[in-house]
Amino acid sequence: MVVNTVAMHMSDGIVNAPTSVIFGVIAIAAIGLCAVKARNELDERTVPLAGLVAAFIFAVQMVNFPILPGVSGHLLGGALAAILVGPYTGALCIAIVLIVQSLLFADGGITALGTNITNMSVVGVAAAYATAVGLYAIARRRTPDVPVAALGVISFIAALIGTVCAAMAFVVEYAIGGAGVTSLGAVATYMFGTHALIGVGEGLITAVTVMAVARSRPDLVYLMRGARAEVPA
Amino acid sequence: MKRWSFWIAFAAATLLIAGVVSYFASSSPDGLDSATLQGCQVTETADGEQLSGDCIAQHASEHAMSTSPLADYAIGGQDGTGGIAGIIGVLVTVAVAGSAFWLIARGRRAADDKQT
Repeated sequence: MVVNTVAMHMSDGIVNAPTSVIFGVIAIAAIGLCAVKARNELDERTVPLAGLVAAFIFAVQMVNFPILPGVSGHLLGGALAAILVGPYTGALCIAIVLIVQSLLFADGGITALGTNITNMSVVGVAAAYATAVGLYAIARRRTPDVPVAALGVISFIAALIGTVCAAMAFVVEYAIGGAGVTSLGAVATYMFGTHALIGVGEGLITAVTVMAVARSRPDLVYLMRGARAEVPA
Repeated sequence: MKRWSFWIAFAAATLLIAGVVSYFASSSPDGLDSATLQGCQVTETADGEQLSGDCIAQHASEHAMSTSPLADYAIGGQDGTGGIAGIIGVLVTVAVAGSAFWLIARGRRAADDKQT
């Protein structure tokens, strides 16, 4: 099978210690906030869904898909989690996946957990969810009953934007305290280009999954629940 | 019936992806890894990969959990065990996430009870 070291996330030492500490503090604060806010998203019905969504994202992250010769990408999962279970619960899903991967599978450094959580669980989820909410509001202005296909398009765009924003968060961390001589411009260009392509894969996986859930259990899709709760009719 | 079929299908898809589809994953470095490898030549040697040149990845340190029995998504470093490692990961993730979310939801019910 794979002989290469199977690593999908930032390793220890990619950014210096002070930077790791700063983003460690940011990540802990964000997880604390999410744990408080997630109370409003979680009930008896959504707890099992949220647990399953986290496990699903763990599974899909294992499946790297090729994007360029010799370069692959994998799902980050921020848009998928936020659309299905809500932004705060979704961010916790991604954080739990990253912690399990780091502690059990030696994937993603332990001191790099702060940066990895900030990128994928905070920035990725926030950018994707903001995009999804904005686009869903626009879609609902045209028709109150948004078709599943439109939900798929919204999920695709939200996932693409979330992926690129998460990659740019890494660029910010590299700018603050990156190790190595590679120029910031080169890293930024390379990260943007590869993650625009990864974002297309992320968008497809997210759209297919969200549409499958929306077809069989529309009541479980957080993005649709939130909109219905706002407009009682 | 419909209610149960949704959960069974979702769980089955998750296990299938981790246990079977994961074998078809690309083994090329991902976008982030290949960014950190820019400027380096990777050569395969008997004791793993050797980096020459100048790149970000050279600053990466060995993972503190690299001796974990599940390190690199394999059981004890054995080839071909990625699917089993994946299924273990799915079960651990669902257990950790499920209990965390259950505790958070229970905290909400406790807060609601206090108000009434």
